[in-house]
Amino acid sequence: MDLSFNEEDLAFRAEVQDFIAQKLPAELADKVRLNKGLSKADHDFWHAQLNEKGWLAPNWPKRFGGAEWGAVRRHIFEEECALAFAPRIVPFGLAMLGPVLQKFGSQEQQDYWLPRILNGDDWWCQGYSEPGAGSDLAALKTRAVRDGDHYVVNGQKTWTTLGQHANMIFCLVRTDVEAKKQEGISFLLIDMDSPGVEVRPITLIDGGVEVNEVWLTDVRVPVENLVGEENKGWTYAKYLLTHERTNIAGVGYSRAGLDNVKRIAGRAMSGGRPLIENPHFAARVAQVEIDLMAMSTTNLRIISKAAAGQAPGIESSLLKIKGTQIRQEITDLTRRAVGPQALPFVSEEVESNTPLPDAFDAGAVAASYFNNRKLSIFGGSNEIQREIYAKQMMRDAK
Amino acid sequence: MNFELTEERQMLQDSLRRYLAGAEGDIWAGLAELGVIGALFSEEQGGFGGAGFDMAVVFEELGRADLTIPLIDNALLPGLLMVAGGQDVEGLIGGAQRLALAHGETAARYDLNWVETRAEGNRLTGEKTVVVGAEDADSLIVSARHSGVACDEQGIGLWLVAKDAPGLQIRGYDIAQGGRAAEVSLTDVEAKPLIAEAGSELAKAFAAATLAEMAQCLGAMDICVAMTQEYLTTRKQFGRPIGTFQALTHRLVDVVVAVEQARSMVILAAGHLEADAKTRDLHIAAAKNLFGRSGRLVSEECIQMHGGIGMTEEYALGRYAKRITMSDHRFGDTDHHLERFIDLGAA
Ligand SMILES: Cc1cc2nc3c(=O)[nH]c(=O)nc-3n(C[C@H](O)[C@H](O)[C@H](O)COP(=O)(O)OP(=O)(O)OC[C@H]3O[C@@H](n4cnc5c(N)ncnc54)[C@H](O)[C@@H]3O)c2cc1C
Repeated sequence: MDLSFNEEDLAFRAEVQDFIAQKLPAELADKVRLNKGLSKADHDFWHAQLNEKGWLAPNWPKRFGGAEWGAVRRHIFEEECALAFAPRIVPFGLAMLGPVLQKFGSQEQQDYWLPRILNGDDWWCQGYSEPGAGSDLAALKTRAVRDGDHYVVNGQKTWTTLGQHANMIFCLVRTDVEAKKQEGISFLLIDMDSPGVEVRPITLIDGGVEVNEVWLTDVRVPVENLVGEENKGWTYAKYLLTHERTNIAGVGYSRAGLDNVKRIAGRAMSGGRPLIENPHFAARVAQVEIDLMAMSTTNLRIISKAAAGQAPGIESSLLKIKGTQIRQEITDLTRRAVGPQALPFVSEEVESNTPLPDAFDAGAVAASYFNNRKLSIFGGSNEIQREIYAKQMMRDAK
Repeated sequence: MNFELTEERQMLQDSLRRYLAGAEGDIWAGLAELGVIGALFSEEQGGFGGAGFDMAVVFEELGRADLTIPLIDNALLPGLLMVAGGQDVEGLIGGAQRLALAHGETAARYDLNWVETRAEGNRLTGEKTVVVGAEDADSLIVSARHSGVACDEQGIGLWLVAKDAPGLQIRGYDIAQGGRAAEVSLTDVEAKPLIAEAGSELAKAFAAATLAEMAQCLGAMDICVAMTQEYLTTRKQFGRPIGTFQALTHRLVDVVVAVEQARSMVILAAGHLEADAKTRDLHIAAAKNLFGRSGRLVSEECIQMHGGIGMTEEYALGRYAKRITMSDHRFGDTDHHLERFIDLGAA
């Protein structure tokens, strides 16, 4: 047992801190901290800073332009970025599609798409879910029919995060209706500027528009945009999901969130004293902090196994469940901290003409609480994570 | 013991539910016409109700409707204070007049007695925060301190301030549960005295407003349960209704337990609204603490069991869940009322 990071890790942490201090503008960090909603330009800017340094794709192999860090470094990087309120790396191209193309894509696809992801030439979004296919993803119905050297695609995707910024969408489509559910699915790259693609925004209860419906009507997709083999898409989709699960615990976000709660509760007053000195509130904060201490170590235990060459397998379900519970608890504490000042609310659609009161410099805390309900719903809901783990345990017992 | 509604209240409930189901146009006038505002005040006050159970019936129905109607802030709370100040509330009951109470301040959090706004004679200076319904009010009731220090129960008075009074500034914005609130700033504003020593009247009116808020929240909770029950039987994944997964149905039952506990608390609080101040406040504090806890469970679990659809503004469930959550930020939250309950129990 050795609970400390080694010299190299510590030097790396310092380097990351240094980089962020130089490259992350205070206004951008404030936008993240205050949950103000980032523009496409904000994301593009931060991606460009990271790309210049070679840090935009922490998990990609070096030969594709990635940083090829092990799990511990990645953890340090993610934690420092979160603590500094850097914009998160938009995962769709970098964390999701990239690894799939590297493993299953053709040489041409790798040569063409991967540099474009790094350079920000394309903004990708994820077209998996459909109205009838959420937890049961394999029930998806979007149809792709071969017609000469094109596929003709018809159907509807939904919950497409940041689809409004995207010019490309990777989709799971059904290419064989006769086969078993999982066996008739293909993985297709679709240009969103093609005729027949329509993006309709969905407003969430936080007032923000971050998800969309994507309607596909007779969209013609060149066959060279098929990834891997026809009807093997489910395998690629599952491979992608294991990558979606890196940083699933979100320990960095929790630490940043907890710092933020303490800062706000140091400003908010209760009975003439800072709220953080109120025993009930302090107890709530302490409980989450204790959970997070444990989580941080649980996370490191699990990911350092992966660093030694073992893939983080089924334990990632445990990280997802507890990690999201902690993050959601922190958003709950944050809205509690500001008391009646949680009410003021702006929606992206109706811009407020008056500045909202924000006496504690807390930002949109109720919106953030509502928005983060998503953490236990997407990426495999927490119920599905329990299902996965429970089934494995019962199998192991036999 | 009898937990049934009286015939009158049953009729009020039925007619209000029917009205709200199809309500459009000027809902405020419609409610006044139905006698809903009058039901919040006693006969001596000019109404025909005014008991805790009258309020509970009215606000539970409002909570079931997918509407945000500031009846607490523009009628009940200021109306009770007007009555306490010897004013008639005929205009209010008839729907012609609306008022709002500008009381909360940034440093006060949920402390009723924390008032820093100053009164020099009848001229007021200070900053009031998150005043719900301020823009829609014809005039404002403003609390200010004429003596003592910020947290004293003594020394707080109430004044009436005209909306066009020089030195009054109102900056409005949307609020999360729907509707609007405002920052109200007063600089040497001329005002008309309403109550000189208002501490105990404020406490009484706030007790009623808290009861109303809880009843409203209960109505919304019932809708969330009904919608989730319905959704679990209709939404299919893996070739079967998701209501066949015990992981969900058992949790729905836990939600129902929480709602039934909340319902009992509304009854308890309503039944003690006219009791002596300490008994009344003990029951209100207990109820509001429980509501904070139950409300969180109900809103979070019902969203979760709906999946993504539960998070959308277009689908009613999310809007109800949002109102339930924000209810914890009004008239004292879970922790505030826990502390009050402990203090009142020990005193
Ligand atoms: C903010 C947000 C962003 C998203 N972004 C994207 C995106 O970019 N791209 C994309 O493709 N998708 C995205 N999703 C979709 C997301 O992956 C789905 O919401 C998720 O898979 C759940 O599906 P559903 O919403 O249809 O809920 P359902 O699957 O209908 O689930 C409803 C409820 O039933 C439960 N349930 C389902 N099956 C079981 C079971 N077997 N046992 C116990 N409980 C069960 C669920 O846990 C949930 O509580 C996003 C979702 C959200 C909310």
